[in-house]
Amino acid sequence: MTDSILPNQPDTAGQNHKSALVAASLKKRYAAERRFRLYGVAAVMTALFFVVLLFATIIYNGYPTFTQTMVKLEITLNEQDIDPQGTRDPEVLSAANYRKLIRKALLDLFPDVKSRGDKRKLSKMVSTGAPFALREAVMDDPTLIGRRGQFTFPMSDDIDQFFKGTISSSSAEADRRVSDKQVNWLMRMVDQGMVEKQFNSKFFTNGDSREPELAGILGAAVGSFLTLLVTLALSFPIGIASAVYLEEFAPKNRLTQVIEVNINNLAAVPSIVFGLLGLAIFLNFFGLPRSAPIVGGLVLALMTLPTIIIAGRAALKAVPPSIREAAFGMGASRIQTVTHHVLPLAMPGMLTGAILGMAQALGETAPLLMIGMVAFIVDIPGSITDPSTVLPVQIYLWADSPERAFVERTSGAIIVLLGFLIMMNAAAVILRKKFENKW
Amino acid sequence: MLMDQKLQASSTLARPLSKSVAPIKLKARSVSVFYGESQALFGIDLDIPKNQVTSLIGPSGCGKSTFLRCFNRMNDIIDGCQVSGNIHLDELDIYDKSIDVVHLRARVGMVFQKPNPFPKSIYDNVSYGPKIHGLASDKTEMDQIVQASLERAGLWKEVKDRLSSPGTGLSGGQQQRLCIARAIAVEPEVILMDEPCSALDPIATAKIEELMDELKNNFTIAIVTHSMQQAARVSQRTAFFHLGKLIEVGDTQQVFTTPKETRTQEYITGRFG
Repeated sequence: MTDSILPNQPDTAGQNHKSALVAASLKKRYAAERRFRLYGVAAVMTALFFVVLLFATIIYNGYPTFTQTMVKLEITLNEQDIDPQGTRDPEVLSAANYRKLIRKALLDLFPDVKSRGDKRKLSKMVSTGAPFALREAVMDDPTLIGRRGQFTFPMSDDIDQFFKGTISSSSAEADRRVSDKQVNWLMRMVDQGMVEKQFNSKFFTNGDSREPELAGILGAAVGSFLTLLVTLALSFPIGIASAVYLEEFAPKNRLTQVIEVNINNLAAVPSIVFGLLGLAIFLNFFGLPRSAPIVGGLVLALMTLPTIIIAGRAALKAVPPSIREAAFGMGASRIQTVTHHVLPLAMPGMLTGAILGMAQALGETAPLLMIGMVAFIVDIPGSITDPSTVLPVQIYLWADSPERAFVERTSGAIIVLLGFLIMMNAAAVILRKKFENKW
Repeated sequence: MLMDQKLQASSTLARPLSKSVAPIKLKARSVSVFYGESQALFGIDLDIPKNQVTSLIGPSGCGKSTFLRCFNRMNDIIDGCQVSGNIHLDELDIYDKSIDVVHLRARVGMVFQKPNPFPKSIYDNVSYGPKIHGLASDKTEMDQIVQASLERAGLWKEVKDRLSSPGTGLSGGQQQRLCIARAIAVEPEVILMDEPCSALDPIATAKIEELMDELKNNFTIAIVTHSMQQAARVSQRTAFFHLGKLIEVGDTQQVFTTPKETRTQEYITGRFG
């Protein structure tokens, strides 16, 4: 430009000089940009590496949970042993000694086992839950009595771990929970094709148990579901109503400022404090049942409320003011403006906040320990007032158990919990996408 | 007092035709507006005649939009905004305590600077006002209102085949005409327009101006504009604001050809602003 107007020598020189300076600075600027991008990629890769490491460890440790070593036994269901009178009375059937039948079947397999100690060792190879399974089968179908049938039972946790290779036979016999004799019997059973790994359906259909091979997560999963139901039913409407009131209706004065600051403070309160609050108020003052999903839900609702309110207010703030002006200008009242125009536009953000709050509540352990949800509960809860536990607490309980088989069950439960979390986050993404299209 | 002199002066100078024929629709007396501590308007007296276009001009920040928003009490929704003085719509004191703003806004419609259709279908945009005010008893009546409003806004031909597509998908000029259709669907008596063409290209602007000319037969229009050419083209009366004060008001022709105030002259000749 300047050249065409004033094509004199010094100016051109000055231009060249300037452009050289610019070129030099460009080089530096691009280098800085490249460097920054490199840092970014490195940071992302590090984060990814740890995520992959986390998932790989958990899945590697947890996947054996989904199979269980089973043994097929030929059992003669003698009428004398089960129902000598032939009444087929359920009470008689239920009181029969099925343990003896299984023991007999095992001893028949290995006639060379004579000593008391060896006999006990042999019968210990099958899960203590086996007699109950047999009783159930007989009570379901009493025509089995008097016949000889093949039944499949889970093997005990130690044998299961040995068969899966977790307990190594190379360590000294005294250091492991499976004796050489048991190894020998197991190998003979394997040779006869009696032992096989099956899908561990009990893990998904049972409640907790002291026996790892019988322990399942259904109780904890149902407990988590009921607790989250209570949390959602309370925190979503209350949170949305608070956010809408504070953002759209409340006058902006000192009082609302104090409330706003305190909501932000509540979001930062450690969750165990909410647990103590629940213990003091819901259990001790109101006398609600201990270990119940209703109390857990109340506590988690208190904990998620600030998250939902803050996310809801942010979503409402993001609605352009021109929409509100348009509605007011048309003569819509405040509530019509909010329900017809503002709320539908803010909904995706609010839902995302609520689901993320729920996901946080699903993984929460500490406050639930305070209100007694850490108890050992075998039954699957049927209502929100039944004692129950939740998935993260179940993980905590199993991680605390000494049996080797609980290690893989802990990881198995973590896989299930992570699965639920991923599903909830996916739901958040899908809902957001679905509502965003309407914009 | 200064104002009174000026009004008298203008009434003697102006052609008697426009003054005597048009009755006053909106009458503002000593209107002052405060945003918290700072005062935005200083005792404005202004009459808006019926079935005419009155334009409010002035440099940015002179309070003309604030003044316009007093007429349908849109300033109520701004925190810390206080209005004193009084404004009458016909005989009705619109700042009276017994006044329902919802009812007032059904009588005084508004079109904003930026086209702001609701993120809903074209049909829903136009039918929204009649729906909330209960103006249509059934679907056929609503269809008629929607069609009539779109026709009057000059948009019917362009959108009649896609009434269910979103209003936000229209072009800027079409969106603004949709907003006008939405405003006239409730049959207001007054339409306030706050720089309705500032976000539009010249062709769309020309369409809106044409529309205003037609609409003034049925409605009273007050328009805030930054374009002096536009004020000269569309309005019958012009009011010039500066620093929160009404400097001069009169027939558009008179204000633009023989302004009585030097500040008005300086502004319309582009000396400042």
